[in-house]
Amino acid sequence: MQLTEHDVIELLTSVKDPEIPVLNVVDMGIVRGVVIEGEKVTVTITPTYSGCPAMDVIGANVKSVLHRHFGEAVEVRSTLSPPWTTDWLTEEAREKLRDYGIAPPVGSSSDKSVLFGKPKVVACPKCGSEATRLVSEFGSTACKAHYRCTACEEPFDYFKCI
Amino acid sequence: MERHNRFEYVLRAADNALILGQRLGAWCGHGPVLEEDIALTNISLDLIGQARSLLTYAGELEGLGQDEDRLAFFRDAHQYRNALLVEQPNGHFGDTIARQFLYDHFAWLFFEALTRSSDVQLAAIAAKSLKEVTYHRRHSSEWMIRLGDGTALSKERIQTSLNELWMYSGELFTPDELDAEAHRHGVGPDLDALATAWHRNVDHVLSEAGLTKPQSGWMQSGGKRGIHSEHLGYLLAEMQHLPRMYPDATW
Repeated sequence: MQLTEHDVIELLTSVKDPEIPVLNVVDMGIVRGVVIEGEKVTVTITPTYSGCPAMDVIGANVKSVLHRHFGEAVEVRSTLSPPWTTDWLTEEAREKLRDYGIAPPVGSSSDKSVLFGKPKVVACPKCGSEATRLVSEFGSTACKAHYRCTACEEPFDYFKCI
Repeated sequence: MERHNRFEYVLRAADNALILGQRLGAWCGHGPVLEEDIALTNISLDLIGQARSLLTYAGELEGLGQDEDRLAFFRDAHQYRNALLVEQPNGHFGDTIARQFLYDHFAWLFFEALTRSSDVQLAAIAAKSLKEVTYHRRHSSEWMIRLGDGTALSKERIQTSLNELWMYSGELFTPDELDAEAHRHGVGPDLDALATAWHRNVDHVLSEAGLTKPQSGWMQSGGKRGIHSEHLGYLLAEMQHLPRMYPDATW
């Protein structure tokens, strides 16, 4: 049976982000397009950060998931435009992040022009308290900042807005 | 804009990102605190990512089949087009922060302007990079303030770092033929306009930090044309060692 583009997207929900294995690439908004032409499928993905080291693994995993249906006729392309933004994380993805112990991005990614913005209120994903403190804007991966909850004392990751 | 000149122009931005990324990578395992170790290497990773996009595009423009790795690992110092600022040694943490501060404020304005480039691919890379540089610029600016507004010793040391690196800041904003050509064709920004904004932003942070802006005197230049300080050769020797010893090696 010939797969539709919708079916391919469905299949791609089994490809996880290697660094945040609770999220799949569709939840993340990394998959920007699927085009089927005859026997061939082209999947376009976009990096979260320019230097995101997970992109190669994601590309390989996309190929391997689609291999069963398309054989070698799978092309993975990368595009930079429009640039990925945390606004593309689905509601479901935000829920999954919180359950996993990572605070989801707060607010939208707009207004990058101010040098020192007001600090955001990031709720602790463990206890829900808003009494949290930014430790560093650079965390365990490019996409995360490092916070600490002053109520339950747990350190946690925050998926920062870009 | 003629293709070869466009290649040269893109190479400048690519090499700035690559060389500074390589410099910051050397902080891995040596940061003054764990958070900063992670921050500097995160920024390094962003810069190397930007360099990859830019080098890949430069290679396509050149049309000789050179990919990002070929351009990164098989060019000698005189073929590099980065500004002298980014190749300056890491020194102590304050030196690295001061270098980063001067560059980040330039890079933010440069990429912001480049998002409106007539070159669609360059505009796409700029839009992506700008999001990252926004975080870098805040990081280095906050550290300038923290060190300048810190103890007498931290203030004295960061002021010295700033004074010593200042002579490398002018090159970023001094247009040559190629910059002018890029601007004429809507590919690149007007560097004079960028300089005005840069001084305004830098002044703002320095005054918050209680630091004195160095006198604008003699400015070093040459990097854009491939005339570098002695430091670049050593950096390249380390960075290029493996691919040159074992060409076409794979994992």
